[in-house]
Amino acid sequence: MDVLMLSRLHFAAATMFHFIFVPLTLGLSVLIACMETAYVRTGNEMYKKMAKFWGKIFLVNFALGVVTGITLEFQFGTNWSRYSAYVGDIFGSLLAIEATAAFFLESTFIGVWHFGWDKLSPQAHATTAWLVAGASNLSAIWILIANGFMQDPTGYVIRNGRAELTDFFAVITNPFAWLEFFHVIPAAMCVGGFFIMGVSAWHLLRKSNVEFFRKSFAIGTSVALIFSIVTAVEGHLHGNHMSLVQPAKLAAMESHWETQTNAPLNLLVIPGKDGNLVEALPIPGALSFLAYNDVNAEVKGLNDFPKEDRPPVLLTFLGFRIMVGIGTLLPVLALFGWVMRNRLDSFPLYLKILPWCIPLPYIAIQAGWVLAEVGRQPWIVYGLMRTSDAVSPVTTGTVAFSFVLMCALYTLLGAAGIWLMIRLAKKGPDDHSPIQVQAG
Amino acid sequence: MMNTFMEIGSMHYYLATIWFVLWGVLWAVYFILDGFDLGVGTLLPFMAKNETEKRTMLNATGPFWDGNEVWLIAAGGVTFAAFPYAYAQMFSGLYTALMLLLFALIVRGVSFEFRSKVESDTWRKVWDTCHAVSSFLPALLLGVAFANIFRGLPLDETGFSQAGLFGLLNPYGLAGGVLFVVIFIMHGALWLCIRTTGDLKARAERLAIKLWPAQVVLTVLFLTYTALDTQLFSNYFLYPVLFAILALPVAGLVLMRSYMGARKWWLAWGSSCLYIGGTALFGVAGIFPAIIPSNPNPGNSLTIMNSASSSLTLGIMLGVALVFVPLVIAYQFWAYKTFATPIGEGDIHY
Ligand code: HDD
Ligand code: HEM
Ligand code: HEM
Repeated sequence: MDVLMLSRLHFAAATMFHFIFVPLTLGLSVLIACMETAYVRTGNEMYKKMAKFWGKIFLVNFALGVVTGITLEFQFGTNWSRYSAYVGDIFGSLLAIEATAAFFLESTFIGVWHFGWDKLSPQAHATTAWLVAGASNLSAIWILIANGFMQDPTGYVIRNGRAELTDFFAVITNPFAWLEFFHVIPAAMCVGGFFIMGVSAWHLLRKSNVEFFRKSFAIGTSVALIFSIVTAVEGHLHGNHMSLVQPAKLAAMESHWETQTNAPLNLLVIPGKDGNLVEALPIPGALSFLAYNDVNAEVKGLNDFPKEDRPPVLLTFLGFRIMVGIGTLLPVLALFGWVMRNRLDSFPLYLKILPWCIPLPYIAIQAGWVLAEVGRQPWIVYGLMRTSDAVSPVTTGTVAFSFVLMCALYTLLGAAGIWLMIRLAKKGPDDHSPIQVQAG
Repeated sequence: MMNTFMEIGSMHYYLATIWFVLWGVLWAVYFILDGFDLGVGTLLPFMAKNETEKRTMLNATGPFWDGNEVWLIAAGGVTFAAFPYAYAQMFSGLYTALMLLLFALIVRGVSFEFRSKVESDTWRKVWDTCHAVSSFLPALLLGVAFANIFRGLPLDETGFSQAGLFGLLNPYGLAGGVLFVVIFIMHGALWLCIRTTGDLKARAERLAIKLWPAQVVLTVLFLTYTALDTQLFSNYFLYPVLFAILALPVAGLVLMRSYMGARKWWLAWGSSCLYIGGTALFGVAGIFPAIIPSNPNPGNSLTIMNSASSSLTLGIMLGVALVFVPLVIAYQFWAYKTFATPIGEGDIHY
């Protein structure tokens, strides 16, 4: 395998792993802050208990999110040094601003939050929860602005053999970045919502802490319902904009080969190397409509893009289908729970299924990133720099060594972390002793 | 790759110089802050006699380590933003060393969070070992990396350094590694004097007092080695006023000892901060205007002239830094004030 392919794998593994933990941090931090605020407002101890219980799971997740993020910050230099040199004038400043404006806040106040239960007044403590939640979401803004620049570069000029910043305002108001932000944040709220629903369902089925988990469930299901709808609607707008600026991605995600007006959406497609192997169940005009809000619009097919400008079709296509498939399912699941939230006892099957639904929004999120990033290929900065020109001049052995080590390490730590989170979730809110393990 | 972007004396040059200074200060603050928690972590298996003492040591740095580590992320981010060529060369050139540093920091971060969550001696032992090793390794690697930067990396015309991991392990680099480990252990021991009580504190005091002569000797040896093996002093002979910077670590060392004698641990720790900051600035002032000097061909150095961002980016970043860095300092100061008290029952969370 060459350095390019290895570096792509390395980076993909590092970001995808980071993004197993990020969404729960983003979503749950806001919900915990709400619980604490409810405690301050009403004085009801139940809300404090809630913040503490979900907070304990949150801390394990947060730690994994933080440590996996550190690798990423430096990987632009280690693996994509030519990229860093070429667009660093713009891209680097966004990462630096993220660190100074968001990471400091988040990391300082997570410590204060964790250690401050007895040292701060309830109001002050709730404030630190909001600071953590706000800073996490603020960090998402800056990193997505950075990613937005890669998807649709603006505000620069080529000078001195590199891209130099000319219009900072254009960079930070890049519509692509903000469409990403308003898609990713609601998606993260879905993760938080379904996480709370799933854990609560597990306890409700076992009749443990019924009051506590019924209340938690109601919060989770409301959040999940609202934000799964927002995610889908915003996803459509996102797709409209993407179709304009990255037509090759549109063609790849639909596996659409022939340029057509009134293009149909085929419900059943099996993509092949130079065309579709199977294409069936067309909905006439639907693709034109979804992409451009006009049934008669022309949709350019892959055949009309030079081969070297086409993204890998299969991954991009699957990424989109999986995400949208799950995206359709989530509102249905959430709606049912919301309507029946006071009669959950009558639906043990639903309660049994829910814990298994916790992974669904996670899978949709990963699939969404695969679509966004693989579909951007072969460009690292769309239309400006190819991924193959971006890779560091290091040896295969160097990258392979760190890749193998990272995968081993992440697998171990990730497994331990997820195991811990599951155990903590199962223990419920009243048991504060460490997790017991059976000997032998 | 090696084009020069700016005229000496231009506005652009002054902006880049300001950023060079800020860059040095960021690294110095990072060493000061993460230094003591890495030191405490390294000491964990040697100082703690029982479970309570172990937890006390972990919780002594518990509320702060994450916020401290962000100074590293900020220093890395600022290198990227202000000197993208240097960022690209530094991190791809030091690829393996950097990855090892990051992996160590990863293991360390989770070991804080994981170790007390499960009731099992084996589980705790595993994470304590991980914690100690992954605290020691960053101290060593940072020392090796920065000693090599101060000495100069083997850059070629394209700027790319073929240093490799083993290229870094030259005697001067290793000396830097040892110095960093000792400095951080001292810094950590002084921190334990502030936050612990009783037996543990007494042992930390004894360690700090015993370690002090070693730190003095190492410092003198390292400076001598630096004068013989590197170009670091050339700026100093060019502008002798720079020798004033050396007064900082020297004053730090002297004050440290006298405050130890007076049992004023906060002040002793503060003097250790002065020493660490002064040492870092001493090195940084020595390499200016290079960010990564080239050795043996100084012509290939990555300097502020050929590595800096455009003046627009540097200007915007300066605005951001002027707003946010004072804020960060203010709230981190508040957090230290609130939590850096002697540890009692209620402070054990890890
Ligand atoms: C949409 C959100 C998002 C995305 C796309 C990314 N991250 Fe992230 N990152 C976060 C959202 C986030 C967060 C929610 O703010 C985290 C997760 C857990 C945490 O503690 O903060 C975080 C932590 C985190 C940290 C540790 C900060 C600390 O110590 O507090 C670093 C250095 C990075 N990230 C860097 C990156 C880089 C270089 C990325 C791009 C490849 C990236 N993240 C993608
Ligand atoms: C956190 C969520 C993200 C996930 C899961 C993700 C996923 C991926 C995947 C799967 C690839 C490999 C694509 C390929 O090479 O075929 C990739 C590449 C890459 N992504 Fe992302 N990405 C994420 C966020 C980001 C962000 C926020 C940035 C930049 C700010 C970014 C920058 C890159 C870069 C530089 C590459 C490597 C070069 C390339 O292959 O184009 N990614 N990412
Ligand atoms: C059902 C309707 C949905 C539609 C129409 C939709 C649409 C889109 C589109 C077009 C993109 C690609 C944009 C790009 O190339 O950058 C995208 C990306 C993404 N999607 Fe979705 N999506 C939907 C549901 C979901 C759900 C339910 C989730 C997760 C819970 C999700 C998570 C993501 C993520 C994380 C990305 C990558 C980041 C980004 O580009 O914004 N999506 N989505």
